[in-house]
Amino acid sequence: MKQIEPFYEAVNHIQDTALKIQKTGRKIMGYLCSYAPEEIIHAAGFHPMRLFSSKSEIILAESHLQSYCCSLVRGILEDSLAGRLDFLDGTVFPHTCDSMQRLSDIFRMNGKYPFFADVVLPVKLNTKSARTYMADVLTCFKNDLETATGHEITDMDLKSSILIFNQIRKNLSLIYDFHTKTPGIITSRDLYALVKGSMIMDRKKAAELLSCVVSHLERLNPPANKGKRLILSGSVCDTPDIFDAIETAGGVIVGDDLCTGFRWFDGLIPEHRPPLSAIAARYMDRIACPAKHSGLLTRADHLVSLFQKNKADGVVFLFLKFCDPHAFDYPYLKEFLDKQGIKSTVFEMDDRQQSLGQFLTRIETFIHMI
Amino acid sequence: MSEKSNETIKIKAAKKMRDLMTTYYLEALSAAQNNKQVAWITSGGPVEPLVAMDIIPVYPENHGAMIGSAKMGEDLCAKAEDMGYSSDLCSYARADIACSVVKGGPIGGLPKPDMLICCNNICGTVLKWYEVQARFYNVPLFILDTPICHTGYSPEIARYVRTQIDEYIAFLETVTQRKLDHDRMNEVGKLSLEGQRLWQKVLNTTAHKPSPMSAFDAFFFLALIVTLRGTRIAVDFYKELIEEMEQRIKDGISSIPSEKYRLLWDNLPIWHRLKWLSKKFSDHHACLVADTYTSAWCGTIKYIDENNFLDSMAEAYTRIYLNIGVDQMADGVLDMIRFYGADGFVMHSNRSCKPYSFGQMDIMKIVREKAGIPVLMIEADMTDPRSFSQSQVETRIDAFMEIIKQKEKRI
Repeated sequence: MKQIEPFYEAVNHIQDTALKIQKTGRKIMGYLCSYAPEEIIHAAGFHPMRLFSSKSEIILAESHLQSYCCSLVRGILEDSLAGRLDFLDGTVFPHTCDSMQRLSDIFRMNGKYPFFADVVLPVKLNTKSARTYMADVLTCFKNDLETATGHEITDMDLKSSILIFNQIRKNLSLIYDFHTKTPGIITSRDLYALVKGSMIMDRKKAAELLSCVVSHLERLNPPANKGKRLILSGSVCDTPDIFDAIETAGGVIVGDDLCTGFRWFDGLIPEHRPPLSAIAARYMDRIACPAKHSGLLTRADHLVSLFQKNKADGVVFLFLKFCDPHAFDYPYLKEFLDKQGIKSTVFEMDDRQQSLGQFLTRIETFIHMI
Repeated sequence: MSEKSNETIKIKAAKKMRDLMTTYYLEALSAAQNNKQVAWITSGGPVEPLVAMDIIPVYPENHGAMIGSAKMGEDLCAKAEDMGYSSDLCSYARADIACSVVKGGPIGGLPKPDMLICCNNICGTVLKWYEVQARFYNVPLFILDTPICHTGYSPEIARYVRTQIDEYIAFLETVTQRKLDHDRMNEVGKLSLEGQRLWQKVLNTTAHKPSPMSAFDAFFFLALIVTLRGTRIAVDFYKELIEEMEQRIKDGISSIPSEKYRLLWDNLPIWHRLKWLSKKFSDHHACLVADTYTSAWCGTIKYIDENNFLDSMAEAYTRIYLNIGVDQMADGVLDMIRFYGADGFVMHSNRSCKPYSFGQMDIMKIVREKAGIPVLMIEADMTDPRSFSQSQVETRIDAFMEIIKQKEKRI
C-alpha cells in the first residue's frame, strides 16, 4: 500500500521531517505524552511533534537520571543532550508521571530550546473543579504561546486546528475498525506506523493521507484471518517488532489501550462549542492514562468493554520497566480480567529491547493457551 | 558533662516520644471499639480537618518507616511482588499493600480505614497506592490534587486547590455525618502552625557546633509532627524537646562524641540501616546535622495565615519541598548548607522515590559548583534492603570522608 509510505518516511526520518516542516514556517514543538494539547500548539503556528527515544546508548543522560528511571524518559534526555533534537524550537510537558515531572525540570534547567512550557494538568479527571482547572490551565498555555509568538490565537485558529485533529482521529478510528473487523487488511506494523507517523508529520498532510488510506482499505476484501484476537494494554510501545512477533506467533491485534495507540486519538472535540472549553473537555473525557484518576474501576471497565466489543480472545499487557502508574494498576486489572474469565499475559520491556526471542516464545505459549 | 566524653548521651525525650507513639497507635487500633473513625492519610496531606473532626489520622508512610526500621520490609515487599506488584514500585506502598492482606508488620497491620485521604503533593505513587487500598477496603477516597509548582504558584492552581479544600470538608462531613466546627478548626490550625514552628526550632538547634542532635534523631522525632500535627500533644512535646536541646547545648553535649565534620542528608532515611549509618559516620567524627526530609514538615510556614488557616493551607500544602522544581529544591539545599555549616552533602538515591531522586544529580552539580563541598550519592531503598550493598556503601563513605578530611587540611 503506497499510501503508507509517507508515514514510514516520517517515522524513520524524524529530523528531515522536522526540517521540511520548518521550511513551511512552522516551528517545532516537541512533546512526550498523549496529554499534550496539540490543537492549541498547532493553532499557535507551531508543529506539535511527539518525541520518541532514538534508543541510543545512554551516556550523557547517566549524569542526570538514575538507572531506575524508565528507558523512554532517559532515552529522550539522551537524545536531547547528544544534540539529536536540536531541530526543536521548544518543548511542552503536560503533567503526567513523576519521571516526566522531573524530566521537565531537567529540560527547563538545561534551557536548550527557545520555548519551554509546563502544562500542569489536573490529576483528577472526575470532578467539576478539575474540569474548571483543566480549562484554566489550557487558557494559560494559550496565553504563553501568544506571548512567545506575539500573535493572538483566535477562536477561528483553534477551530481550524480542531477540524484537522478531529479528521485524524476519525480516520484512525475508521482504520482501527477495519483492522478489528478484518484483521490482516493491514499489518499491525503498518497500523502503528500510521499512528506514530500521524504524531510526527505535518498534521494537515496526515489528515489527508489518512483519508486516502481509509478509501483504499474500504475497497479491500481480505480473506478471513484465523489468528487469535488480542488486545494490547500498557504504556508506550515503540517496538514494531513486537507487533510482528505477535502476528508470527499466530495472533492479531484487534484493539489497544496504549499511549501510542488508541489513547492518543480517542475522543473527538465537539466542533460547535467554544473551542478552548471543547478542547479541555476532550482531555478530561478521553480514555485515561493510569497516572490520572478517573475512578477506581474505570480502566478495568474500559478494558473489559474493549475486549467484548472487539470480540477478543486475550489481553497482552505491555509495560515499560519502571513505569509506576501501569505497574500499580496491573494486579487489579489482571484480577478483574480473571474474574471475567479473560486470559491475559504481561511483558515488561525496555524501550531499547534488543532481542525479542523470549517475547516470541512466551507469546506463542499464551496464544496456544487461549 | 564534657563533650570530650566518648559516650553518646541519649536524648531523654526519646522515651516520652515512644510512649506517645504507643498511645497513639493503641488509640488508633482500638478506634472501632471506641466508635471513632479512622482516616488513612498521606504524609504530606492536610490532617488538620481530620483532627478538628475527631477522626483518627493514620499514616501508612509512618507505618512503612516502622516496617523498615523493624527490618520487616524485605518480607512484606516480597509478598506484594507475589501479588503481582513490580519490585520497582515504592517499598512503602508494597509493604503497606501486603500488610493489609497478611496483617503482618511490627504492629500486626494498621487499623482498617473508614476513609482514605490522598494528597499528591509528594508523588504520583500515593495516588495509585490509595486507589489500591480504596478498592481493597471498599471505603471512600478523597484526592487532594495539588498541581506541581515547577516555577511558582499560579492563580489557577490557587483557585483549584482552595476549591478542593471545601470539597475535602464536604467529603468528611458526608462520611462522618457530622458538621465541621469552624472554631475547633481554627484552634487546630493554630496548634498545627505552632507545632510546625516548634519543629523548625528543634531542627534549628543543630546549627550549633557541635550539634546537640543529629538527622538520625530528627528521623525519629519527626513522627509526632507527621502524625499528631494540629494537637496539643505535639506542641507540648516539642517544647520539651527544645528545652532539652538547649540544655544540651549549654552543657556541651553533642550528638556524637567529637564532632569534626558536619553533613547534610538528602531524601528519605534508609530505615533498615539507620544504626549502621549513624555509627559509620560517627566513626569518622561526622555528624549528619540536618536533612531535606524532616524539614519538609515545617518548610511552608511562611504561607500559613494562622487567622485564616483553611484558606492559606491550600498554598502551604501545594508548595511543599517535593512539589516544586528541582532548581528551587537546589536553592533550599544551598540555604541549608549555609545555615547548618555543612562540610559535605550525602544524597540517598532512593529507588522507591522517583520525584525525590530524579533531579538529585542536577542538584549535586549545583551544590558542587555553588557551595563547593563534596557530595556523596548512596544507592539504596528506604524500606527494601535488597538493593543495598553494605560493603560498597561503606567503601564510598570512607572515600567521601577522606575527601572531606583532605579538604579540611588544605584549608
